Amino acid sequence: MESAVLIFVLPMLMFMLLGIGGKYMTHRTAGRLGTLGLTVITVLAYVTAYRYFGAGRSGGVWLPQTVFHLEWLRFTENLQIELGILLDPISVMMLVVITTVSLMVHIYSLGYMKGERGFQRYYAFLSLFTFSMLGLVVATNIFQMYIFWELVGVSSYLLIGFYYTKPAAIAASKKAFIVTRFADLGFLIGILLLSFYTQTFNFTELMSGNVCASASGATFLGGSVIAWALGLIFVGGAGKSAMFPLHIWLPDAMEGPTPVSALIHAATMVVAGVYLVARLFPLYIEAAPELLVGIAIVGAFTSLYAAVVACVQTDIKRVLAFSTISQIGFMMVALGVSGMGGHAGLGYVAGMFHLFTHAMFKALLFLCAGAIIHTIGSNEMSAMGGLRKYMPVTHITFLVACLAISGIPPFSGFFSKDEILTAAFLFSPWMGVLMSGIAGLTAFYMFRLYYNIFWGAEAKREHTPHEAPVSMTAPLLFLAFVTCFAGFIPFGNFVSSDGVEYTIHLDGKVALSSVGLACVAIGIAFRFYRQASVLPAKMATAFGGFYRAALHRFYIDNLYLFITKRIIFAGISQGIAWFDRHVIDGAMNLTATVTQKVAYCIRGLQSGQIQQYAFVFLIGTLLIVVWMVFL
Amino acid sequence: MIHMEYYLVVSTIMFFAGIFGFFYRRNLLAILISIELILNSVDINFAVFNRYLFPGQLEGFFFTLFAIGISAAETAVAIAIIINIYRNIRNIQVSKLDKMKH
Amino acid sequence: MNFLSLFVGIPVVMMLGLLLAGNLKQIRAVMVAGATALLALAVMLTIMYLGERSAGNTAQMLFRADVLWFAPFNIHYAVGVDGISVVMLLLSAVIVFTGTFASWRMAMQQREYFMWFCLLATGVFGFFISIDLFTMFMFYEIALIPMYLLIGVWGSGRKEYAAMKLTLMLMGGSAFLLVGILGIYFHSAPAGGTYTMNLLEIAQYRIPMEAQRLFFPLTFIGFGVLGALFPFHTWSPDGHASAPTAVSMLHAGVLMKLGGYGCFRVAIYLMPEAAKELSWIFILLTGISVVYGAYSAIVQKDLKYINAYSSVSHCGLVLFAILMLNQTAMTGAVLQMLSHGLMTALFFALIGMIYSRTHTRLITEMGGLMRVIPFLGVGYVIAGLASLGLPGLSGFVAEMTVFVGAFEQADTFHRVMTILAATSIVITAVYILRVIGKLLYGSVVNPAHQQLKDATWDERLAVIGLMLAVAAVGLAPLWISDMISDSMVTVVEQLAK
Repeated sequence: MESAVLIFVLPMLMFMLLGIGGKYMTHRTAGRLGTLGLTVITVLAYVTAYRYFGAGRSGGVWLPQTVFHLEWLRFTENLQIELGILLDPISVMMLVVITTVSLMVHIYSLGYMKGERGFQRYYAFLSLFTFSMLGLVVATNIFQMYIFWELVGVSSYLLIGFYYTKPAAIAASKKAFIVTRFADLGFLIGILLLSFYTQTFNFTELMSGNVCASASGATFLGGSVIAWALGLIFVGGAGKSAMFPLHIWLPDAMEGPTPVSALIHAATMVVAGVYLVARLFPLYIEAAPELLVGIAIVGAFTSLYAAVVACVQTDIKRVLAFSTISQIGFMMVALGVSGMGGHAGLGYVAGMFHLFTHAMFKALLFLCAGAIIHTIGSNEMSAMGGLRKYMPVTHITFLVACLAISGIPPFSGFFSKDEILTAAFLFSPWMGVLMSGIAGLTAFYMFRLYYNIFWGAEAKREHTPHEAPVSMTAPLLFLAFVTCFAGFIPFGNFVSSDGVEYTIHLDGKVALSSVGLACVAIGIAFRFYRQASVLPAKMATAFGGFYRAALHRFYIDNLYLFITKRIIFAGISQGIAWFDRHVIDGAMNLTATVTQKVAYCIRGLQSGQIQQYAFVFLIGTLLIVVWMVFL
Repeated sequence: MIHMEYYLVVSTIMFFAGIFGFFYRRNLLAILISIELILNSVDINFAVFNRYLFPGQLEGFFFTLFAIGISAAETAVAIAIIINIYRNIRNIQVSKLDKMKH
Repeated sequence: MNFLSLFVGIPVVMMLGLLLAGNLKQIRAVMVAGATALLALAVMLTIMYLGERSAGNTAQMLFRADVLWFAPFNIHYAVGVDGISVVMLLLSAVIVFTGTFASWRMAMQQREYFMWFCLLATGVFGFFISIDLFTMFMFYEIALIPMYLLIGVWGSGRKEYAAMKLTLMLMGGSAFLLVGILGIYFHSAPAGGTYTMNLLEIAQYRIPMEAQRLFFPLTFIGFGVLGALFPFHTWSPDGHASAPTAVSMLHAGVLMKLGGYGCFRVAIYLMPEAAKELSWIFILLTGISVVYGAYSAIVQKDLKYINAYSSVSHCGLVLFAILMLNQTAMTGAVLQMLSHGLMTALFFALIGMIYSRTHTRLITEMGGLMRVIPFLGVGYVIAGLASLGLPGLSGFVAEMTVFVGAFEQADTFHRVMTILAATSIVITAVYILRVIGKLLYGSVVNPAHQQLKDATWDERLAVIGLMLAVAAVGLAPLWISDMISDSMVTVVEQLAK
């Protein structure tokens, strides 16, 4: 298990090596070095997973193990930040997911980023990201998580802004960082509150059950402080996981290189919020079950919102981005509707399972999109069409991923999504129906995308598109393979809310209805987009205002722009700057001016004219004499 | 015998003439002369008081002599300064002497 | 004389050396030798200090020395250091060292420039080693005066105005301070006996409450002016904007720390009761500083103004943390002083270097510099990330310690102010990223900037030195925070009395 430490350290070393030494390397060396490093890390992660799960349960549950820890900073006697490695089912699962996807992206980028300026920098940043993300998932305490949480934010910032001469990329990277930073403020305050009342950062101690007892007395505005803290922590998670209304950064983040979108903005970093909730799940159940309902509602709403918007976007990466937001919404719903242990804990299992399968097929979708963009040179659907002839591998793998995300058996997405729907029905029929509907929408917009890209009318092109090189198709095939078979993993055996084995049963009714719905949606997409047709345009005019609103993402971005640009920048900041220059500084200058003016006035008294002095002197003397003599 | 008061009236007139000149004249030489007038009036007083009030003693005369000596030295220095000022600004009006002020 | 006096002695010797130096080469040689010696001395002091502590020496101040120099008022040249002073001395030495390299290519009157620079260093070092109020005050004044000339003569822009403003405001502050110090002095022997200026001796007694109420605000404001306490901060933007590079570095990096250091070493340590009673007023003011500085920085166009306002915000956080009056927060305050000192020095060094190439500091007139001068660009990004509190760099450690400490005050007022102060980390991100986006990213705005040369060796040395320090504090903060925290115990005990 000590090898786990290497998983932690190696990416950092790679970052240092490539970051500092990168400019003395050729592209090829840097790329290979980075990929080699990550291969080692991936192998180590698999070994760790094998050993962890191979060791078996003790007492019927998977015990968390802290294999390494180091005191990093001490605040008070009780509160100290440790850097450590906590292995438990979800962190081990995440290790596997992150390293796998990251490795695929490393290999893929060898082809995708070939010849790009700053190739070495790109690999250095990828290593930094991998380091931060791994540090985040193996965190032993909530403050370590926060540290790496910030670090993934910065890696994401750096990678979105990789093409730093492109204004859109600069704006997008800034937006991503600031929005998530804003959410992190909530996270930070949540941590501070939680740690103040519980006097610990450590996850194992937080879960031990004494926490609520110790802070039971403290309330704020009617809620217990712990619940408030957990709510604020969820705000942090919502920011990172692009929950409504903090989702605005994710679609713009697509300005980064496509493999980065696959790694960070589809498979790993954006699910950090889900992971955070899962990590603190026992605490949520114990201290604030009502908060979980809130999380489910936020998740469901986000999911619906993003699915609707995804139906009308024309930039293929944006469609995928909104689909990611929607799918993360699914995971949040799964966690929100879940209870603790046994059948009640189905949602937890389902959420984690969906996280796993989604990471694979969404990364696959993005990488396919990358291959297409690579050869077409545009993100717009209108520039594509009929690509199936030119790019057979990409076509097949994309189709596999589409089927998976639409929930068609036997692909992995079917199993995980089906469990989420079952859990939602268990929670409330309304939630179940809503989520089923969103699942149908998902199938529709994914196949809209699919038909638009690979079928339909061919756009006019200057040169014929070609299949991507092997370095890019190999990861596609691997991920497609995983997507085909990951659904058969008995996931409940490894991950469940209370660590006890849970065997997943398919709920026949739910499965049948959701597959049926997906098929209908695919049929509609087939009818609309298989060939050039007037139907989509008719639909658009029929919905009119609603269509336009969806196209503009329901004007949420404009609202934010208004608040930041008009109110905060132009109003508050300009106001304060003006106040500082004119009122505060003006007061200081006024003091100076008044002093100077007064000095000018009284300097006549000190004219330097002896005669005047003597005259005053004389008058004074006479007055004194008069006073002495007559009074 | 001349009364002491006559002397004192003369010296007082001289004194105030000097004071007046010191305040109102703008010409450095005139100011200097005014100062001389003041000093001389004081000298007269010294001599007169000694002669009439303390005939057996000589301090008043000594002081008078001292004052005459010092005023001679002072006049020499003052005239030297005035000449230098004249050389520099071609003027000996006090109101013009404000070069160092601004 | 013990070896602490070397901190004052070396700069004085450097000044003599500069007098004798014949040409620019010799001037540089003197400066490098002296600055290196100071840095080595500070490192040695740190090691010796840690050695003494681990050997079990629990005296409050180590390496004490005491010479009577003005008997009528019982003024001593008394020196001694605890963990906090050691950290501050280390910071000052690093900044003097890198500042020397940052002013390597000073264009005119190098000898005089460096002499004033050394005098400034004398004052700064003297201040941190003194434990006698008057000696402390004297060194404080020694540090302020050269600033006037350094800005007024070697500065740029409205330098005379800025120099005058800065000097007058800081002198105004020190007038308050002098009254405060004298007030403390005349109440230092409540039971009769000789008055004393020695900090440690005064701390033995309890200054009467009425006197504390009067002199605590005076002392706090006096030092607070230097620590950019709202609303006495306006010298900072103008002063920094006009000052030459190394002076900005030294001023923002070290001199502003004199304020924070004085605030708790004199105001809070000697007058704890009044501190507890009156802290709310100053918490309000510093809380305003923190947010206000950050918001002001968003809309500035001049790089130095941005940084000056950011300093107002960060130094506001220092004073804010001191006023939280508990061990964690005050440790955080010292860490924040250290961290802000290093990263703001890095910022000003880089701004100076960029300015010397582009001859403008307006971000509207620059753009795309990352591609042209990548080294300076990367340096700026790292400084920016440190400033917005990226883990692994110094800012994060300091801010987190401050916030955890501030959260120990559980009443609503403190909570609200703390959360308000914490919002500044978001605003900081906004203005830092705005500058990075405009200045470094994008395409080159001015075609003449295509030909800019990247950093020379002396500039690289200064930048790398500071970056290493920022990263070192950020990566391995434990020893340094423990060192501060241990020394903070006495202050906390004083507060608990």
